[in-house]
Amino acid sequence: MADTILRVNDIHKSFDGTGVLRGVSLEIREGEVVVIVGPSGCGKSTLLRCINGLEAIDKGEIWLRNEKISGRTKDLHLVRQKIGMVFQSYDLFPHMKVMDNLLLGPTKALGKPKQEVEQEAMQMLERVGLKEKAHVYPRTLSGGQKQRVALVRAMLMHPEIMLLDEITAALDPEMVSEVLNVVIDLARGGMTMAIVTHEMRFAEAVADRVLFLEEGVVLEEGTPEKFFHAPTTERARRFLQSFTYASKRDKAEVQPKNNFGD
Amino acid sequence: MQDLGISILFKGINFQRLMGGLWVTLRLALITIGLSCLFGLLFGMLMLSKRKIAKVFCRMWLEIVRFMPQLVLLYIVYFGFARLFGWDLDGETSAVIVFTFWGTAEMGDLIRGALTSIPLHQTESAAALGLTKGQVYLYVLIPQTLRRLLPQAINLSTRIIKTTALVKMINVTEVLKVGQQIIGQFYRQPDAAFWVYFVIFLLYFLVCWPFSLLAKQLEKRWA
Repeated sequence: MADTILRVNDIHKSFDGTGVLRGVSLEIREGEVVVIVGPSGCGKSTLLRCINGLEAIDKGEIWLRNEKISGRTKDLHLVRQKIGMVFQSYDLFPHMKVMDNLLLGPTKALGKPKQEVEQEAMQMLERVGLKEKAHVYPRTLSGGQKQRVALVRAMLMHPEIMLLDEITAALDPEMVSEVLNVVIDLARGGMTMAIVTHEMRFAEAVADRVLFLEEGVVLEEGTPEKFFHAPTTERARRFLQSFTYASKRDKAEVQPKNNFGD
Repeated sequence: MQDLGISILFKGINFQRLMGGLWVTLRLALITIGLSCLFGLLFGMLMLSKRKIAKVFCRMWLEIVRFMPQLVLLYIVYFGFARLFGWDLDGETSAVIVFTFWGTAEMGDLIRGALTSIPLHQTESAAALGLTKGQVYLYVLIPQTLRRLLPQAINLSTRIIKTTALVKMINVTEVLKVGQQIIGQFYRQPDAAFWVYFVIFLLYFLVCWPFSLLAKQLEKRWA
């Protein structure tokens, strides 16, 4: 069995006295893709933010391989070098060209030689179909292109695990798949990931395991087949139903008749 | 044939005198701009302070500066302080005090605006890359703040340069005052006034125009 990369042990987090995470535990093994779903405000994003230390947890422990990473205030950047994170709002650095956005982390945080990173960056840009955009400013890119660059930027750090926080939530519908296909490509390449998303079909396609979070606790956990087709809790069933619509043609009897009486 | 008025500028050391006056103008402006940047940074940070008293203090300072004509402030410091506190400030010192008082508030407000315009996401995504706090500031936050700030700061600087013309009212012999002295000497030359003021106009233009071009260029490049 593959090594455990991340272990989250009974963590709690509250903002202004409101419990957002109320005892969440989670283990992710090497190469595993865990998708976290749940209604908005259930704590999914907070969970990811706690993992890479953007929020400090109140109680519990977080371990990355054999290193306890929670509760520290010093050298957080060393932890974050091993955890890639991509956000909803892409957050490329607007004053740098795409290539400089990609080089910043590996050259400044890891101290790698520029040429080596540049070569690798170019290969990865080509893989996501953006080779010709290496030397433009982010403002000339579409949302989907920006998000693909943000994924490449995080991947170039060669993180142990990637955290994706609703990375398609701000995109126009037609751009969602170009980004998610990159993620599926990464998953196939063996990248360990924790993904928060509202794209249920994508979640089903990419997940090894699904976590259903509700009011700060894990309510249900299982394979995508099981979760999406035979959820065990009533709450999960209602949540999944909110993504489907009743067809108007199922209700023939309430259809208004037209003026000609048929 | 009667001389053209413009020729009086080249009589004796008149042109040198004008340039000397211009230097007084520039020196005053540069000292003011330098001090305004320095204190403006503190002022801007004070405006962002969580303490209400600091915010109210800054707000009042800024409003006073915006509503009060610079000339009135100059008179208050130059004439008023002498009477009130017995301070015998010379004109140039008074001018530096007044213009810095004004520049600090305006520059501070610009710096506050530039600092708050950088979204928190920028800090977070830079931190998520594993950069240290110092690196986040150095590579991500400061460059963006400067880009937003510089064009506006340059525009403020040209306004400061122009406003220094007021100091002739408190007996500082800057370029405008020198011009008036020259006109006074050549009172028999009816078009002297026009030419002297025209040249002063050109001098101001030559000083401020490059700044304005630079600001426009930077704005375009960093839009």
